[in-house]
Amino acid sequence: MTSMIPRRGLLLLPLMLLAGCDLVVLNPSGDIAAQQGQLIVVSTILMLLIIVPVIFLTFFFAWRYRQSNTTAEYDPDWDHSTQLELVIWGAPLLIIIVLGAITWISTHTLDPYRPLDRLDAQRPISSAAQPMIVEVVALDWKWLFIYPEQGIATVNELVTPIDVPVRFKITASTVMNSFYIPALAGQIYAMPGMQTQLNAVINKEGVYDGFSANFSGDGFSHMRFKYHGMQEADFDNWVKKVKADGGSLDRTSYTKLEAPSEREPVRYYGKVAPDLYGAILNRCVAAGTVCMDKMMHDDANRMKTDAAAKNFHKDEGLSRVAQIDAAVCTSSTNLVKSNDARPY
Amino acid sequence: MSEITATYSSAIGADRGVDSGVDPSTRYFVQEHHPESSTLLGFWLYLMSDCLIFACLFATYAVLGRNYAGGPTGAELFDLPLVAMNTAFLLLSSITYGFAMLESQKKNLRATMIWLGVTGLLGLAFLALELYEFSHLIHVGAGPERSGFLTAFFALVATHGLHVTFGIVWLVTLMFQLKRHGLIPENGRRLMCLSMFWHFLDVIWIGVFTFVYLMGVLP
Amino acid sequence: MLDHIDLTKLIFGRLSWDAIPFHDPILLGTFAMVILGGGAMFGALTYFRLWGTLWRDWITSIDHKKIGIMYMILGLIMLMRGFADALMMRAQQAVAFGDNPGFLPPHHYDQIFTAHGVIMIFFVAMPLVTGLMNYVVPLQIGARDVAFPFLNNFSFWMTTFGAMLTMTSLFVGEFARTGWLAYPPLSGILASPGVGVDYYIWSLQVAGVGTLLSGVNLIATIVKMRAPGMDLMKMPVFTWTALCTNVLIVAAFPILTAVLAMLSLDRVFDTNFFTNDKGGNAMMYVNLIWIWGHPEVYILILPLFGVFSEVVSTFSAKRLFGYTSMVYATVVITILSYLVWLHHFFTMGSGASVNSFFGITTMIISIPTGAKIFNWLFTMYRGRIRFELPMMWTMGFMITFVIGGMTGVLLAVPPADFVLHNSLFLIAHFHNVIIGGVVFGVFAAINYWFPKAFGFKLDVFWGKCSFWFWLVGFWMAFMPLYVLGLMGVTRRMSQFQDPSLQIWFQIAAVGAVLIALGVGSMLMQFYVSFKRRDELRDVTGDPWNGRTLEWSTSSPPPDYNFAFTPRIHDNDTWADMKKNGYKRPLTGYTAIHMPKNTAAGVIISALSAAIGFCLIWHMWLGAGVVFVVMMAAIIIHTFNYKRDFYISAEEVTRTEENRTRLLESHV
Repeated sequence: MTSMIPRRGLLLLPLMLLAGCDLVVLNPSGDIAAQQGQLIVVSTILMLLIIVPVIFLTFFFAWRYRQSNTTAEYDPDWDHSTQLELVIWGAPLLIIIVLGAITWISTHTLDPYRPLDRLDAQRPISSAAQPMIVEVVALDWKWLFIYPEQGIATVNELVTPIDVPVRFKITASTVMNSFYIPALAGQIYAMPGMQTQLNAVINKEGVYDGFSANFSGDGFSHMRFKYHGMQEADFDNWVKKVKADGGSLDRTSYTKLEAPSEREPVRYYGKVAPDLYGAILNRCVAAGTVCMDKMMHDDANRMKTDAAAKNFHKDEGLSRVAQIDAAVCTSSTNLVKSNDARPY
Repeated sequence: MSEITATYSSAIGADRGVDSGVDPSTRYFVQEHHPESSTLLGFWLYLMSDCLIFACLFATYAVLGRNYAGGPTGAELFDLPLVAMNTAFLLLSSITYGFAMLESQKKNLRATMIWLGVTGLLGLAFLALELYEFSHLIHVGAGPERSGFLTAFFALVATHGLHVTFGIVWLVTLMFQLKRHGLIPENGRRLMCLSMFWHFLDVIWIGVFTFVYLMGVLP
Repeated sequence: MLDHIDLTKLIFGRLSWDAIPFHDPILLGTFAMVILGGGAMFGALTYFRLWGTLWRDWITSIDHKKIGIMYMILGLIMLMRGFADALMMRAQQAVAFGDNPGFLPPHHYDQIFTAHGVIMIFFVAMPLVTGLMNYVVPLQIGARDVAFPFLNNFSFWMTTFGAMLTMTSLFVGEFARTGWLAYPPLSGILASPGVGVDYYIWSLQVAGVGTLLSGVNLIATIVKMRAPGMDLMKMPVFTWTALCTNVLIVAAFPILTAVLAMLSLDRVFDTNFFTNDKGGNAMMYVNLIWIWGHPEVYILILPLFGVFSEVVSTFSAKRLFGYTSMVYATVVITILSYLVWLHHFFTMGSGASVNSFFGITTMIISIPTGAKIFNWLFTMYRGRIRFELPMMWTMGFMITFVIGGMTGVLLAVPPADFVLHNSLFLIAHFHNVIIGGVVFGVFAAINYWFPKAFGFKLDVFWGKCSFWFWLVGFWMAFMPLYVLGLMGVTRRMSQFQDPSLQIWFQIAAVGAVLIALGVGSMLMQFYVSFKRRDELRDVTGDPWNGRTLEWSTSSPPPDYNFAFTPRIHDNDTWADMKKNGYKRPLTGYTAIHMPKNTAAGVIISALSAAIGFCLIWHMWLGAGVVFVVMMAAIIIHTFNYKRDFYISAEEVTRTEENRTRLLESHV
């Protein structure tokens, strides 16, 4: 058993390697990610309060109560102590209560759907302030970014100004992906026919990695992009460049883009068809297909029209139920129409 | 089984001295031990797991049940009088199975077989009507591939129908086994298990009838 | 009309010569090895005339002990395959940087990581855990077998044939390329039109039936077949954890059956359970699969918690601390494991309140788990600890598992999960708890109960080699993955661009090699122990001074386990009996009622697997025909009313007298 100690010491050697690497999750450049990184550190420290004593006691008891140590007390039938049980259940309970409170608060504060109320720890902003919108589409196997306010789009390159809150509206074309830029904020799934949202802000200029964090097929390893955080002026110049450079993203060019391909180079579109993202989200880019929001809206209204049409339902009681149900159904169509992935 | 009581050589008996007065030869073992039959408990556990499969299918129906994808709705498709007749057949078959069980407890093999036969026929009638309903739906373009709602509908109702089918196969097999061996305890256990199965399918059908058909037609 | 039917298509579906990977050197090489190895084994069996024994004593056996051993063999063989996949993954990830694409293109790599996960969970961990419970529980409760011995045999063969279906995908067709849980739409017919996902589905459906029935079996056994005097609160802790595990199995596996059936309906009949269009909902798959998936991981760990309780108490020569507390902790963990499933997809966007709820319930599970660890520590306290191999593995577990548990609670904080989900940090976490908990626990259990099953102990030197290689290898292979996760690296990548990551992957690869040495040492341990079995022999049946009933039988136990059913008065029954001067009865044996062997289990399972194979390849006619044959086999089996026999009193007397002689000679 004693030979375990030098062996464990050897294991610490790699920790020295840590000095040279970029632990971006613990040291990010975006405020949301920074808060999440802090959360990891705080939670770890809280739990080490239990873990360190446990590991220590494991070694200590193993050594002290080894068979060859006849000086240690041997009490073979001692198997119960109410006080000790209270501590054993109570101490972890207390830690979990603290951690639970931290969880509730931080989960609500760092909810990706929640509008930002600060640029960083020192600079609050009004949560009513309008963020910059970027629409994100996860394709096979590349990323399409549409900037509706600027009227441009890019493939595999994302650029936003620093210290400006951004609201990402995210969807996918075929399979589930996950939109993740570790330096910026946490990830959120990108799902076909559904829209998720991520509110974040980048605080430092730089070039950061972005990728899909949910396996999506053969081209997954190369489904990466560079995220540039720039000064506002530089951002405006970049937008101008894209407008000048790029082709036009309309339904035809999107359909070509959508075809499976790997290692796509960066591409710019200086013009974007205004209803394209809506069509992508509602899966009606191809001519003749019914948009999902319309279909869901119609489905929700079907019961009302069915009730009116069918003779069978002339029965009084049933139609009264129909009226009540119709009222309930109508009020929730807002949710239906937005394709919001959240159920609440 | 022969009943030989255990004896001890006196040498060993003299060594013992720990227990006070209790005959040590029986303290740590029993002569004869027949564990109770676990068949009914085991079958019940299996049935509950089957119930979970149905729970899954009901949950799926709850999630997908209003996704018509622009296709037909329950109100437009369901023929409630037909379903009512179907339900009657199935509920009746539960009653007739109950009669079969009562007769089996009175050790009346012939009556048991008759009631089992009636149960099977009612089950077949249920299946026939259900297959007729399905073929009609598919014929009018409302098959399981049409929409999420229809997928969930067919999955739930057809799974129930498949269970009824297996139940009928089991019932016929058991009738042959009753004919061959009579109302022996083993067959009694099998009858009990099929009984649980059959009534369980009845309960599931009541759920289907309520949540799928009635609530599907009500707006 | 008949000339419109394509006969080839009707019989062979989409199976053709293209399905065989003639162009793939790795697979061809593997196939060659399988043929050689298999051929050698078949040759040896024929030469030593062992086919009869194999069929009579093993394949058709309904004895829980034989079945338990077969489960362990299945698990260990599949461990070789699953670990080979792991080595290939580590090798690929250590070299595939920048321009170097590595030696595994995505098409292969994606199958390998999918197969690695599926095999390790379903065909290594589950069989090993089931095998342990099968072997030990009837002995611990004083029963002669499980409640449904035939069903037990059937369950084993269903699991084995499920494994064989997966193995077949290596050489005929391909495996899924979706990850071990096969989320749609990726696993749907549009994104995965090939046979891979179908192999996945049918392997798991076949094996899943086996597992579910095994769950029913063990619950009925524990509830109905305990020896007189063994109240629930007098059961050994391993039996308690086995009970809770099997409750989880019965309550979770039907959901897997249902959701995989739905996926296959989507793939074959164009239904819309999980499709993007026409009203399907892929998020529902994620929910359902994890409602199964989370209880599954507790199914894996709970029996090993039971093993640790037995081992710590036996090797500390002390009663388990806080028995009641341990039981309640196990039950609480069982119930809570149903309330946490959403923590596997916090990032799917369910909203802050829902995420918080599931995060908090996940954290609450750590409380009873922590209580168990403390109870083991306080069992060691004031004990007299012997560091035999089972205890060494337990010590390895205690320091390794707690780190994994800690990172688990960390991941349970939703905002923290947002940055760590699907990263290598997650991979490190679950390997931490599965290797530290399940694997180390299984090795502790093997070293602990091997002498009971085979009558001789396992070699200590090679056992220690195995332990140290595994312990150091595990830490070396997975600590770098925690670092990589914090560096923002995601999972399931086959190629990388950032060279600063490479050193960590290389360290991890060295760790994997160390683990390989650990696996090799364990195989050496089995071999050397067999060769030295006379030196390592245990004739007492109780080599560790055990505390529970299984140690009161001979090693190996007779077919009937106990000549007389024991009567229970205390927990730690055997310790109690020894303390109070129990003497084995020497005469008075009666005939014992036993179940007969049966071929029905292996036949029906083989037919099920054949149906699976036909469905995978769209051989509808074949599937239909085999289905009818299978139903006929099942019905014919139910006509067999003569499933039992009696071991005569003379034979029992002979067996017991042999044991008496052996015990006396040992003194």
